[in-house]
Amino acid sequence: MSEMTAQRPKLGGIRRVEKRDPAPSRASYRMQRLMLTPLFRATLRVGLPAFLIVATAGVYFGSAERREAAVMWVSEQRHAVETRPEFMVGLMSIEGASDEVATDIREIIPVDFPVSQFDLDLPGMRTSILELDAVADVSLRIHAGTLLMDIEERLPSVVWRGMNGVELLDLNGNRVAGVPARASRPDLPLIAGVGAEREVPEALSILAEAHPLRDDILGLVRIGERRWDLVLTGDKRIMLPEDNPVAALSRVIVLDQTRELLSRDIARIDMRLNQRPTLRMNDAAREEMRRIKAIELGADQ
Amino acid sequence: MKDLYRSQRAMRNMRQAAIERGVVAVLDVGSTKIACLVLRFDGPDHTAANDGLGGMAGQSAFRVIGAATTRSRGVRFGEIDAMQETERAIRTAVQTAQKMANVRVDHVIATLSGARPRSYGLDGSVELNDSIVREQDVAQVLAACDVPDFGENREVLHAHPVNFALDNRSGLGDPRGQMGTQLSADMHVLTVEANVVQNLLYCIKRCDLEVAGIANAAYASGVSSLVEDEQELGAACIDLGGGSTGLSIFMKKHMIYADTVRLGGDHVTSDISKGLQVPLTMAEKIKARHGGVVATGIDDRDMIEVGGDTGDWERDRRTVSRAEVIGIMRPRVEEILEEVRGRLDAAGFDHLPSQQIVLTGGGSQIPGLDGLATKILGQRVRLGRPMRVQGLPQAATGPAFASSVGLCLYAAHPQDEWWDFEIPAERYPARSLKRAVKWFRENW
Repeated sequence: MSEMTAQRPKLGGIRRVEKRDPAPSRASYRMQRLMLTPLFRATLRVGLPAFLIVATAGVYFGSAERREAAVMWVSEQRHAVETRPEFMVGLMSIEGASDEVATDIREIIPVDFPVSQFDLDLPGMRTSILELDAVADVSLRIHAGTLLMDIEERLPSVVWRGMNGVELLDLNGNRVAGVPARASRPDLPLIAGVGAEREVPEALSILAEAHPLRDDILGLVRIGERRWDLVLTGDKRIMLPEDNPVAALSRVIVLDQTRELLSRDIARIDMRLNQRPTLRMNDAAREEMRRIKAIELGADQ
Repeated sequence: MKDLYRSQRAMRNMRQAAIERGVVAVLDVGSTKIACLVLRFDGPDHTAANDGLGGMAGQSAFRVIGAATTRSRGVRFGEIDAMQETERAIRTAVQTAQKMANVRVDHVIATLSGARPRSYGLDGSVELNDSIVREQDVAQVLAACDVPDFGENREVLHAHPVNFALDNRSGLGDPRGQMGTQLSADMHVLTVEANVVQNLLYCIKRCDLEVAGIANAAYASGVSSLVEDEQELGAACIDLGGGSTGLSIFMKKHMIYADTVRLGGDHVTSDISKGLQVPLTMAEKIKARHGGVVATGIDDRDMIEVGGDTGDWERDRRTVSRAEVIGIMRPRVEEILEEVRGRLDAAGFDHLPSQQIVLTGGGSQIPGLDGLATKILGQRVRLGRPMRVQGLPQAATGPAFASSVGLCLYAAHPQDEWWDFEIPAERYPARSLKRAVKWFRENW
């Protein structure tokens, strides 16, 4: 049965469907204009996500339990990474140090091996090792699970008798160690006097010059913090000038070698004035001198 | 009148601000369509520097980056008839253009095609204080023009100084700096109905837009459709629009007369609708596709399906010959052109040295119109299309967009109007700071 209603003819030809041309509502018009505002768009693109992230984080970490849990989780992760076997240090090796120094170092660096290398404070350790007087320099590194220390020790050059006892000093006057008595190190020369420890290089050069007299030398004494006295056995002293003491000493040595100055009975050789070296004789020698002079002058007794 | 003076001044400042911001829209509110073009100003002319063309009157300074048209709703005779509808139509056009341009538009320059414009030629003269013409003297001579009574409820839309004369020398374009004793000026003033302007401004304001200028549609069409020589030597631009037909007469690059005939393409459409007993939309299509004003023999055999939607077979399958359509259209088009002829005669168009007539607007696309217009308006008739501007879509280059394009040119390079000159000093309020500064500057 066919439909009773007639179909309307399809409209062909010039007939077309009217193009829709809807007007935007005020709201959508304003919205579009708002979205075209550069500042607003920037706010939307940057400000809104930032706000959301901050707000989410703020809400989540608002409670103390979650905050603690998060901190815990972070520290656990950190610990897990730090204690991986690749990062563990199990040994310490000290090279270039004498046994006493090595013992000292082990004392001042109390590390319980094995330990993670993240827990080792190498700069701090280096500073504390350098505080040891006997250590000139140290380099620390970690290699293949071992803490390597390359120590450069100070070598004692002189024995210094100061206010606080007898100590060993190196070439530059740095303290190396304390010794109970001067006799502990008879191989090293002795220096004494106030300020002597600050002029160790000069003392050493004087002592080097005085090498021909080495058997007689007792030590060097700093006088008035400005010049040296070379003290010899038999209560003899060579008083050296402030300036150029080495040259003065070499003059004395030359005199000794030619005129046997030091084997004579004198108490002091005063070289403080360069133009006028002076001798002080002992009492017996002085009497003898006077007697000889009197004989020479023909004076009667 | 003082109010409008100030608001025009404010609009001019706003236009300047909009151009500095870089984006301004032009809005052509017509009776059949509403067109919106978004212009982007890229600073000073970049072509000027390298090819020696010069400023090109600001035409190379902007680029059309968005264009949209929409069917006009609620506008009749170029005047707003239903405000809500018009506002929605403006919103549609602006939104689409903004979407295309992808920028937000805050300032628009609008046209007004109806509102019964009336032209006045004013003149005034002043004695110069010192023998050199200064900016202030120009302002004074413009202020000295004796203003006739425009009538109730009318406002000045344009006030172009068209001519300056110094003593016995006339035809000066720019008298500033010249020597003389008496300066006189001719000014062309175009007044429109205040209510219509206010309605349009209100409509635009309702769309959250700021009005940066307002221009007569016939003037804008003339700016874009007349070539430079025609503007210089004297020509009339006839903008055959949908609801009204605007005409503007140009001479020495200034508009000297403008008027509107309240007849247009819509009347042709309604004639067809009545004559063929078809709906208006159908009539519009028949006019656009098969319309014409000169019938030939073949048109009798060119049958057009008129269609219909009533369900009555006999009625819905009617056909008419094209000759019949032409027979309906021609008298109405003749009437429009004769009305235009009357206005031109009243304006004294036949005294111009050159009497070029340029037909533009959507109505000028009727085939054979130039032949018909030649018979009515005189021999020197041509069909005009708006000049080309950068970035204008192909769809918007037709004569229907003459006033839109003209508005673009107006936005880029407006002619000096009365309110662009300094306010005459004696019109300042008594304790004006500016006046005090001026006095100091002159005396020390």
